[in-house]
This record gives sequence, structure tokens and C-alpha cells, in this order.
Amino acid sequence: MDKLNSYKLGPDQNGRFGIFGGRFVAETLMPLILDLEKSYQQAKKDDSFQSELAYLNKYYTGRPSPLYFAERLTDYLKTAKIYFKRDELNHTGSHKINNCLGQILLAKRMGKTRIIAETGAGQHGVAVATVSARFGLPCVIYMGAKDIERQKPNVFRMKLLGAEVVPVRSGNATLKDAMNEALRDWVANVNDTFYIIGTVAGPHPYPEMVRDFQSIIGKETKEQILDQEGRLPDQLIACIGGGSNAMGLFYPFLDDISVKITGIEAGGMGLQGEKHCASLTAGRPGVLHGNRTYLLQDDEGQIIEGHSISAGLDYPGIGPEHAWLKESGRVEYFAITDSEAVEAFKICTKTEGIIPALEPSHAIAHLINIAPNLSKNDLVVMNLCGRGDKDIFTIAEHLNMEI
Amino acid sequence: MTVRIDNCFETLKLTNKKALITFLTAGDPNYDLSLELIKSLPEAGADIIEIGMPFSDPMADGPAIQASSLRAINSGHKMEKTFEMIESFRKDNSHTPIILMGYFNPIYNYGVDSFIKKIIDIEVDGVIVVDLPPEEDNELCNAIESADLSFIRLVTPTTNADRLNKILQKTSGFLYYVSIAGITGSKRPEINEVETAVQEIKTKTNIPIGVGFGIRTKEDIERVGSFADGVIVGSVLVDIIKNNEHESSVKDKIMKKVREFASAV
Repeated sequence: MDKLNSYKLGPDQNGRFGIFGGRFVAETLMPLILDLEKSYQQAKKDDSFQSELAYLNKYYTGRPSPLYFAERLTDYLKTAKIYFKRDELNHTGSHKINNCLGQILLAKRMGKTRIIAETGAGQHGVAVATVSARFGLPCVIYMGAKDIERQKPNVFRMKLLGAEVVPVRSGNATLKDAMNEALRDWVANVNDTFYIIGTVAGPHPYPEMVRDFQSIIGKETKEQILDQEGRLPDQLIACIGGGSNAMGLFYPFLDDISVKITGIEAGGMGLQGEKHCASLTAGRPGVLHGNRTYLLQDDEGQIIEGHSISAGLDYPGIGPEHAWLKESGRVEYFAITDSEAVEAFKICTKTEGIIPALEPSHAIAHLINIAPNLSKNDLVVMNLCGRGDKDIFTIAEHLNMEI
Repeated sequence: MTVRIDNCFETLKLTNKKALITFLTAGDPNYDLSLELIKSLPEAGADIIEIGMPFSDPMADGPAIQASSLRAINSGHKMEKTFEMIESFRKDNSHTPIILMGYFNPIYNYGVDSFIKKIIDIEVDGVIVVDLPPEEDNELCNAIESADLSFIRLVTPTTNADRLNKILQKTSGFLYYVSIAGITGSKRPEINEVETAVQEIKTKTNIPIGVGFGIRTKEDIERVGSFADGVIVGSVLVDIIKNNEHESSVKDKIMKKVREFASAV
């Protein structure tokens, strides 16, 4: 497609994807964000930065992750040929490391000596603690007090890695409050601190930067599918909390119009009430955490706490580029409930011998739902963005089983 | 109206006084008490009243103001009630400037045009929107200024000369100097550093400068008042509500504090 009609041109110089994105931050942070943007644009073009990142991706993370033909799931569903992009095999067990390595190299380049981050389920926190240990920088992870209770193994991992885990009790004591608290820390420690945001949200340039670091998922997938099948896939499916694994898979394919692209949100206990996290399918545009995007909010514009069985999808917002992709019609978004995700988790585990995280289990569930409408000749790639070890307690509770 | 704020600073100047600017969150801890507090502030010595529009996720605020937002929201407060409070206040008071302070989402949700129409109607004088830096002027600032209301800007210790010049071009009412790199009600400012910064800004503008964030004592107010045109207090007052929420004395305690502060400016 020609440049003028590309879906890959965003964000503009103001950090906007259409009306979404932007830089809705306090003046104290504004100079820092401009500085970060400048440094990132320089690093992006710098071969030494890119080669160091490529080296770490290969030898530290273990990239490229395989594109795996899920033969038994394909047989089970008697439908399209299903491939898994195996980002759960990365060091630390999810795609989060892709972004953290990029950002910590940038932090180092900018001379920052202290790392902060927010985390919900703890996957991003673990990845941040990991790269902070690897680069010898002190790090503070903000985590909602409720999440700390729910995600003890990850809290322990972060502590082992040398991170200080600060319980956030303000607000509702979950991910959005952890993000508020990290922003407050940043405002108070502007000179030495680098804030590693874990998803494609936040003020410009974060959505662009995180997307770029995660795009390695889609770039590899494209090469691998061409190599293994000799053609592009017919459909891509990925789960969405903030939306970083999905943006990473989708972005390199946005201008390949023959490829249908589908994002799956957490439908929790259903979209009728408030017990879900489907910002795109059931929310509306608003401004939070530095960007305009789809949000879960009440009639007064107060942010509503979402719910999902998967703590990693439990965020009331969504990356602004997804909001734009939804409105432009390029990507379709659907919601999957807790129960559907758990069922898919069980099917994947038993047919493939892979225990998926609850987050990508939502994407698998959608695949199962649409299977009857797919043709045997179709190629579908699903991003298996995290492994499920962290979720065994949640699953056990959901199934009333004892560990 | 910008003119009400301008008159306030000019009148104070005649008697060599500085403005005491007080912040309370609308609806904290409930509508009735909140309205009573706001109505009593001018008599106790507040020259300008900042009214916080509650927001669930106030990322530039410390625990005190965050908790006050939640108290208000939990008491059932809504944007329309903030407007009702101001209407009621204006029935008895036509001279004290009122500034609405908050975050963009509740305004965006209300609708920018309806918001502006409403605040003109009820005679609000200015707004401070913490998460709208000059880069986002098209969202609200430009429309506020066309309506002859003040869009009060924040300048912080991280604002460099370039940004300062840009900010000063589009500031009306007064300039809000944030005395610390941090959140409201957290660390205490280094007042000598604040003075240096304020004097520097004064070489570039004649617009009055108010200083806030972290100012909690009469002594701080005296010192800041010696070089700034206004002193802003919020968390210290809001804390009194938190600590005395269920006591009838909360109004007396707050007004006593305001009187003490007023005597220092």
C-alpha cells in the first residue's frame, strides 16, 4: 500500500493516533517526556543501540521465539491450521521482557540510575526486576496491595531479583493505582529516575516506544510464516489488557490488508455489569494516565475498576493505538469471559502439552468460538504471550480444586 | 472572569497584602458541610477560593487530596453538585474569585463546550487542569481564553526557560508556581530556591505569581508571601477534614487555620 494510506504512520508529532494518545501530564513531567522522546528518536536510528538490543534479545531472552504449528489443537478443532507464536518461552516467561530490555538500554543511554515501574499481575514487574538486576540498577516496583496478596510468587521473584516492591494502598489498591503511584514517584524524582511503563499506554512516546520494542514479535512471525507456509496468515489473534503483546504482533501486518486482525479483551463475568475489563468493547473515550483512549468509566468520568480472572488484563484503559485501530476498522475487538478462558486453558493444556497464561487463554477461547466459521485452508496465528505457571492458584480456585 | 482575579490582586496590592488562596475539594466530606466550609472561607480570610473537582485518579496529588476526592465521590458527589455549590456561594458573594481545579477526564466527559457554558453562567473565574500542559492547549485552554476566563498555568522546578516563555504567553489571572518537584502535600519546599525561581520569573512577567504544593505552616506562608503575590494551601486544610470527619468542630478548626494563615500574608 502507498504511504498515504498506511496504517503504520502513527503517532503524529503530538503523539496522536487520530484523536487518541497525546501527552496529558502535569507540567512537572512534561520536560522529562520531551527529553525521553528525543532520546528515543536518536536511539531508534542508532545502530549500536539496535545491535545491543538484538544481541540481548537473542542471547538473553532466547529470541526468536518459535512459530509452532499447534497440530493437536488443529485436529481437535477440525478447522484452520493454527500456529502459536511462542513468546511464553522467553526468559521470564512472557513477552514483557522485549520491552524492558529496550527501555533499560534507553535508561542507561540517558544516564538514569534508578528504575521504577508499575505492575498488576507481576509479569511486567518481574521483567523489570530482571533487567534491573542484569544492568545493576536499583529498582522500585509499585504494586497494588490487593495484587500483592493475589500474586505472591511473582512478588517473591521480584524481591529475589533485588527489587523493592512497594504496596500501593491508595485508591482501589490495584494496577491503575500502582500506575498513579509510579507517576507520583517520577514527579518527585525527576533527575535520576527512568519509568519503565509496561504496556502501549501512557503519555507519548511510551505507546510508540513500547510498540516498537514489541514489534519483534510480528516481524519474526512474518518471516517464520513465510518460511514455513510460503504465505501470510489469514488471521492474527492476540489478547489485550493494555495491549502490548497484541500491538507487537499486529503492527508489522497492519498494511497487509488480506490479514484479518483480531484483539481479545477480558469479558470477565460478562459485559452487562461492571465485572469486566473490556475497555474497547464496552467503554468510551476519556483521558487517563497521560493519554486519550477507551476507558471504563462511570457517567461522571470517574474511572471504574475492571475485573478479570486474569490479573494481566485487569486495566481500565487500553493503548491509544488500539483505540484508533478500532475506530479505523482495521482491527476487530471482541471480549471473552472468565469461564470461556478457563475452558480454553484446559483444552490447550491437554491437547498441546502447553500450560498457557490466562491472558492468551482468552485468545485461544476466541479461536475456539470462531473455529466453525474457519476453513481448513486458513492459517491462523495466535500469540501465546505468556506461560501459565503463575496462574495455577487462580485456576485451582476457579475449578474448586486443591493444590 | 479574569477581571475578578485581577481586581483581587490589585486591591491587595494597595494595602501591601498578598493573596491567601485556599483549596478544598467539592463535596468533601459531604455536600452540605462542603458548601458551608466554602461559604465561610472569605470571612476567615481566604482571598481566592480554589475548588477541587473530585477525580478517582489524581496523579499529581498526594494522599491527602486523593483521599478527599474519594470521600467526595463516595458521598455521591457529581459535577452538577459542584456547580450548584458555586451558584449557592455566588448568591451571597460576588467578589471572591473562584477557581475550579482538577483533571481533564471529568471535564471531557461532561463535554468541553457545556462545561465552559456552565462555568460562565455560574460565574467561575478560572480553571486549573493539572493534566493539560501547553502541548494540549487545543483541548480546553484556547476555548477558556476565548470565553474571557482564566486558564491558570502551572510552572514547576522542571520548567526550563524555553517552556516558561511559551507558558507566559498564554497565562491569565495568575501563574501557579509549584514549589517542589513532587506531588501535593508531600515534601516541604526549599523556600530559598523557590524565592530564586519566583524572582527569575518576575523579571519576565507582571502577572501575579501564586506559590503552592507542600506549604503547611504560618512561617512558610510568611516567607513565601514576602516574595510571591499569593500563597496556596490545600493539603493542610483537607487533612483537618480527614482527621475530624465526624466531628461538628471541623468547620471551626478549618476556619481557625485559615485565619491564622490569613494573618501571615
